[in-house]
Amino acid sequence: MLDLDPGKYGAFLWPAFGISALVIGWMVVDSLLSARRWRKEAQRLEALRSETRDQLRP
Amino acid sequence: MFQALANPQRFMDFSRWAAPLVGIIAVILIAIGLWLTFTVPEDYQQGDTVRMMFIHVPAAYMAMFCYACLGGASFMGLVFRHSLADAAGRACAPLGAGFTFLALVTGSLWGRPMWGTWWVWDARMTSVLVLFLLYIGYMALQAAIDDEVKAARAASILALVGLINLPIIKFSVDWWNTLHQPASVFRAGGPTMPPAYLWPLAIMAIGYMALFGSLWMVRVRSEVWRKRANGLALQAAG
Repeated sequence: MLDLDPGKYGAFLWPAFGISALVIGWMVVDSLLSARRWRKEAQRLEALRSETRDQLRP
Repeated sequence: MFQALANPQRFMDFSRWAAPLVGIIAVILIAIGLWLTFTVPEDYQQGDTVRMMFIHVPAAYMAMFCYACLGGASFMGLVFRHSLADAAGRACAPLGAGFTFLALVTGSLWGRPMWGTWWVWDARMTSVLVLFLLYIGYMALQAAIDDEVKAARAASILALVGLINLPIIKFSVDWWNTLHQPASVFRAGGPTMPPAYLWPLAIMAIGYMALFGSLWMVRVRSEVWRKRANGLALQAAG
């Protein structure tokens, strides 16, 4: 049976779960955004390099 | 297996499917763990605050586990000059700092109603705070030195020196008189916790571990791309 009423301890329990959700959410979002940012940057620079090589080819 | 994955390209091929798969496992385990957290009976002494144990203890385990990984990566980087070791260490640090912060905050929120105080400078809590500062110091050192090789070396030495803190955290409750309760899961003679609490705790701990595994792989991938991008940018400039 789900018990979501912590009574007088709610003032301590819910902030603990809320802060945990926020920090874990930050870890997930920061990891994914950072990976996406650097993947796109590496792909952009690789494409630029291939383009430059093509232009220099006689 | 570890030797095979030490090759950056092999690691990238492996983590492309392993990171999301482990992430899905983490979500499922944490969802089950949270369900069990709010279905277990309240403790006869702690009342409903016992439910905080299922997020506090796994965060504390992960705080130490991440640091052990950081120490291992630093050792590999310093001694074997391994290409992925620095990336592995850099990926551990923010995650470890996050888990340590959670262990400190959730512990404090549990301590106020149970001990009557938010914080005491006892051995367990102080050594965990030192662990948090070590993570911050590692990241600050990496960011402060422009030369990446020198930065990695300095940060790795700091991480290795900080390893001494792990046994201090673990045994602080045995070596000194502390307000923190002694070990009730990983102890000689087996766990003292009733199975009704042990199962949700184990599921949440494995869920947190899977979450770390997944995010760690994502962050190592990010580091590999960052190094590749920096290399390409240098080539383009020169």
